[in-house]
Amino acid sequence: MANTLFDKIWDRHVVQQVEDGPTQLYIDRLYCHEVTSPQAFAGLRARGIKCFRPDHIFCMPDHNTPTHDQDKPIEDPISKTQVDTLAKNAADFGLTHFGMMHPNNGIIHVVGPERGLSLPGMTIVCGDSHTSTQGAMGAVAFGIGTSEVEMVLASQCILQQKPKSMCIRVNGTLGKGVTAKDVALYIMSKVTTSGATGYFVEYMGSAVKSLSMEGRLTLCNLSIEMGARGGFVAPDEVTFEYIKGRDYAPKGEDWDKAVAYWSTLKSGDDAVFDKVVEFDAADIEPMVTYGTNPGMGMGITQHIPALDTVPEAGQASYKKSLDYMGFEAGQSLLGTPVDYVFCGSCTNGRIEDFRAFASIVKGRRKAENVICWLVPGSWMVAEQIKSEGLDVVFAEAGFEIRQPGCSACLAMNDDKIPSGKLSVSTSNRNFEGRQGPGARTILASPLVAAAAAVTGVITDPRILL
Amino acid sequence: MKQKFNIITSTCVPLPLENVDTDQIIPARFLKATTKEEKFFGENLFRDWRYNADGTLNKDFVLNDPTYGGEILVAGKNFGSGSSREHAAWAIAGYGFRVVISSFFADIHKNNELNNFVLPVVVSETFLAELFDSIKDDPKTLVEVDVPNQMVTNKATGRSEKFEINGYKKYCLMNALDDIDFLLENKDKIEAWESEN
Repeated sequence: MANTLFDKIWDRHVVQQVEDGPTQLYIDRLYCHEVTSPQAFAGLRARGIKCFRPDHIFCMPDHNTPTHDQDKPIEDPISKTQVDTLAKNAADFGLTHFGMMHPNNGIIHVVGPERGLSLPGMTIVCGDSHTSTQGAMGAVAFGIGTSEVEMVLASQCILQQKPKSMCIRVNGTLGKGVTAKDVALYIMSKVTTSGATGYFVEYMGSAVKSLSMEGRLTLCNLSIEMGARGGFVAPDEVTFEYIKGRDYAPKGEDWDKAVAYWSTLKSGDDAVFDKVVEFDAADIEPMVTYGTNPGMGMGITQHIPALDTVPEAGQASYKKSLDYMGFEAGQSLLGTPVDYVFCGSCTNGRIEDFRAFASIVKGRRKAENVICWLVPGSWMVAEQIKSEGLDVVFAEAGFEIRQPGCSACLAMNDDKIPSGKLSVSTSNRNFEGRQGPGARTILASPLVAAAAAVTGVITDPRILL
Repeated sequence: MKQKFNIITSTCVPLPLENVDTDQIIPARFLKATTKEEKFFGENLFRDWRYNADGTLNKDFVLNDPTYGGEILVAGKNFGSGSSREHAAWAIAGYGFRVVISSFFADIHKNNELNNFVLPVVVSETFLAELFDSIKDDPKTLVEVDVPNQMVTNKATGRSEKFEINGYKKYCLMNALDDIDFLLENKDKIEAWESEN
């Protein structure tokens, strides 16, 4: 008997086990954005069928949305068509739609938790690999392809092979200036970008439990970057406190019932995982990546590993990666001039991320050589930034706040890093061309990003705190 | 495209790189289509590796080398990591590949390939390394992928390996059926689950 929380949530949602095949799993929440859903809706039309459970489905554009002038029509006609298509599909199929400028609009993985739509014990899917973010609520949340979006639209179910379970435990206390982002980049640098493929991860340990909900969302967000289908943290008081009072959260008697149920959602003391990995929080320092996958990360005071530390089959890829970045093995990145800084995305686009950024830039000035984009993950975050007066801090330091969306994380809107330019980004992927053709990306926490923004070079944020 | 699988014998296109992510398979700027035109996605498969920044053909990239061709793509381990975009599978199918051989696939992409009638074949590191060598020695090396018997054979060396695929998915591939057909037939079970929960 495995007795893991993953098993408990998964087993509860099994509609049937297909003989010599996958599990048919019931899905509590489907989110649709404009990029990975149009072909799924087209599929429903081709089959002449409706959505099976429209009230379980929420739609919002985020990938293509511009980060300025959202009250005006989108200039790029192809982006506009994709965003308009989502609105039309939602209307035609009777689904809730938070369009651009709607107060609930933002990046799906920021909006779901902050509006109380994503709750403990749920199964949550979206045609987006970073759906893993929402596992922080104590849910089984994972990204799917467009054919699978169509499956859920048509039947509120999905066919999936049950993943294996993995426990990642981070013990101890995180040091000064070390954030959830650094924990995730550190874990990835140890387990590699494929080390958790085939697994669903439960994060445990004192360093994980001490994280705020925003921190847990960042940690779970990056589960996919080590190949895991998803990752989650068992719900606790921190979770309940975060959810309480949010728009779609249960209220009154329903709330008490929900908390009673959510409190049972934990792995047993005798739970058996297929794989267990442990780390010590004291070993983690602020992290930066130096290559073209998120597993190529190191402590900010470290040097890029030598070629001969890489297994032979991977050396061609490693060399290609460093060539693309314009870095050399053995090099330190401290002091490297930076062209762009991006703070935002479903990884680090929440209020705590902007508070962290503000804590560094307060009383300092943006470096002349840096172009900086601060993009809140949602309108709610944008409002919080204002109500807390962070907008004033940013303005005084020479920064401006843009409007919410995925933005430069994947450069589907106008926010593209020009070819050859070096960007320090709080997002999730440093793949070749991810932030624009030829763009070079260093992934880091909002603190490291802020330190780069005010000094103009890669800087250890601990000296500025 | 729904098509029935049986035995495929073909030459291969080798891509001996690890961690090929879906942003490389199809960059995000090509995700703005609202229809599923495999030809469009196929034309932009590996776009930023196929073309130089100035739009000219990158003659060093394997898809631009007439020496290599066929219905089978052979790639280094951890193929298809990153974004869940199914457009990557559409691009691979649209280009004309029916099989991708690697020692390791990222989960979501593997499902996406299967859902688009592209068969991901997982082989051992040894088989993969030997296959890359065979193709390097002779670009006309044939590989046979026998779906009914779940066997993949490097015809140059004669080495065969059994590959995994569950019985349900094998049946779907061999009969050109998809998961939605299956789910729609099971609505009564879904409603029964809902009434219990």
